[in-house]
Amino acid sequence: MSFKIVVLAKQVPDTRNVGKDAMKADGTVNRAALSAIYNPEDLNALEQALRLKSKIEGATVDILTMGPARAAEIIRESMYRGADGGYLLSGREFAGSDTLATSYALAAAIRRIGKVDLILCGRQAIDGDTAQVGPQVAEKLGLPQITYAEEILDVSENKITVKRRLERGVEVVRGPLPMLVTVDGSASNCRTRHAKLTLKYKHAATPSEKQDAGSDYTNLYDAHPYLNITEWGVSDIEHDPQWLGLTGSPTKVKQIENVVFIAKESKCLSASDTEMEDLMKELIANHTIG
Amino acid sequence: MNNIFVYLEIEDGIVGDVSLELLTKGRSLAKQLKCKLEAVAAGYKLDSIGEQVFPYGVDVLHLADDKRLYPYTSLPHTSLLVKLFTEEKPQIALMGATSIGRDLGPRVSSALFSGLTADCTSLEIGTYEDKKAGKVYENLLYQIRPAFGGNIVATIVNPNCRPQMATVREGVMKKEIKDAKFVGKTNKLEVSKYVADTDFVVEVIERHMEKSKLNIKGSPIIVSGGYGVGSADNFKLLYELAATLGGEVGASRAAVDAGFSEHERQIGQTGTTVRPKLYIACGISGQIQHIAGMQESAIIIAINSDPKAPINQIADYVITGTVEDVIPKMIKYYKKNSK
Repeated sequence: MSFKIVVLAKQVPDTRNVGKDAMKADGTVNRAALSAIYNPEDLNALEQALRLKSKIEGATVDILTMGPARAAEIIRESMYRGADGGYLLSGREFAGSDTLATSYALAAAIRRIGKVDLILCGRQAIDGDTAQVGPQVAEKLGLPQITYAEEILDVSENKITVKRRLERGVEVVRGPLPMLVTVDGSASNCRTRHAKLTLKYKHAATPSEKQDAGSDYTNLYDAHPYLNITEWGVSDIEHDPQWLGLTGSPTKVKQIENVVFIAKESKCLSASDTEMEDLMKELIANHTIG
Repeated sequence: MNNIFVYLEIEDGIVGDVSLELLTKGRSLAKQLKCKLEAVAAGYKLDSIGEQVFPYGVDVLHLADDKRLYPYTSLPHTSLLVKLFTEEKPQIALMGATSIGRDLGPRVSSALFSGLTADCTSLEIGTYEDKKAGKVYENLLYQIRPAFGGNIVATIVNPNCRPQMATVREGVMKKEIKDAKFVGKTNKLEVSKYVADTDFVVEVIERHMEKSKLNIKGSPIIVSGGYGVGSADNFKLLYELAATLGGEVGASRAAVDAGFSEHERQIGQTGTTVRPKLYIACGISGQIQHIAGMQESAIIIAINSDPKAPINQIADYVITGTVEDVIPKMIKYYKKNSK
């Protein structure tokens, strides 16, 4: 029995560790100053996928990512941790995509992959924090969805049971396969790289990466076909160009501003006893406290 | 036609604050656009929803009352909104940026091919010029939200697709009753016309919801700590001060990430937005994403050992000193001077 799991993952700028040089003088983001990382919640999703792989006989885990050539890094990273392979969807036709155009392209790529039993992805990516792509891919594929998953409890008899983490509680839900599940950051952390797998997949590469590296390794890829990472461009997926990239994006960015707060005239105090007592007296007198 | 729609979140027959806040915002947008405000309630035993929402100025309340619609699952609520929006053609649709709204919104927007902007911090009406196409659009919804971890603020518009959809977090907009006596029209929907039996594929087996024990949003006084507090142990001083003054304890994202405080207490763009009477920021440097969640506090006291901390710019009182030194003194002199 085969059981095909696809994990949607994204390489993102590390917005959580933004330094002072992250913004250029003109107010735009200085992407060069931000390191590119594996979107954290996509790693939570990968872990859930790898757990299922060890539980279900014949299960495979593949990564699907859309991005520039360097995004193949996260496919390799996934392979070091236990994924079987991956697909990189790349091309300038996809540039400027909002969440809807992104979902359209990803859904088309999944159709190309073929029969998929389970699609997993992080709840949201830290560069946009929208949490929209998962549900939109599900809708485009006509699949049901379970969002905010903390743990996949069971997969059997063509059904999946999931514990969801919500703002004010937990929920356990069950639904049919195929299904799309978005995984919350409260789920288990992803396992680290496996030493043997890291060695095995060190040279895994997309066709463009192989081209850049020259012909030294040609024999290597012929001997070890698992080192080939699939790379698709726009012509490899069935699509209508009007739903891709900028034209496929109903939302437009009107304006980007640096955040500026209006400074107040503040009273500066030392921590001396006199000043602290005066402050508390003042706050009591004007009914702020007490 | 072309009105503003708000999707109501309902738990145990009670409309959530986030929805009432959106109704308040929706009411003022409707006034500006000279259109009506409509609300959609989907769930079970919805008889009291009208009296809860009409005071917020809801002109039309659409009710989809069916046992199978509660608790919320994605597909049935999506089908309902997609069909209703196709019929009613709203120009704007708003929902909470909650685990429900963020599950439902994207699905509906995908089905209708309409743009959706998540986690807006401000909604305004304005014009948009598409210079390439040489077209000017009047009365668009400006969906304003932080991006890139709060380092920039983006204004998003949906020039061509309708409805213009946005989600907003709880506490970001203000909740305000318009007219306690106002009663709008109720439109009972025949659920079977909107939702197919095949939509009920996901079943909820177990559900444990708690009323949030914390009420940071409603507290008039907040003592909030950042990474500069130094340790979970030092955070105890904040609890002491909050207890003395009758307030709650909040935290910055950095303090939560460092394990000094629990996630529920986080204040800022990715936590709760607060506007208390008094906000005491202890050891908080003042990252943009934190300031955005507390800048509307009436009085801000910043306690920081770094006199150049960015938060000092928006503080009414800047105390240069350590948390360990300042807080015990505040407690001492409060006790001494209050009756």
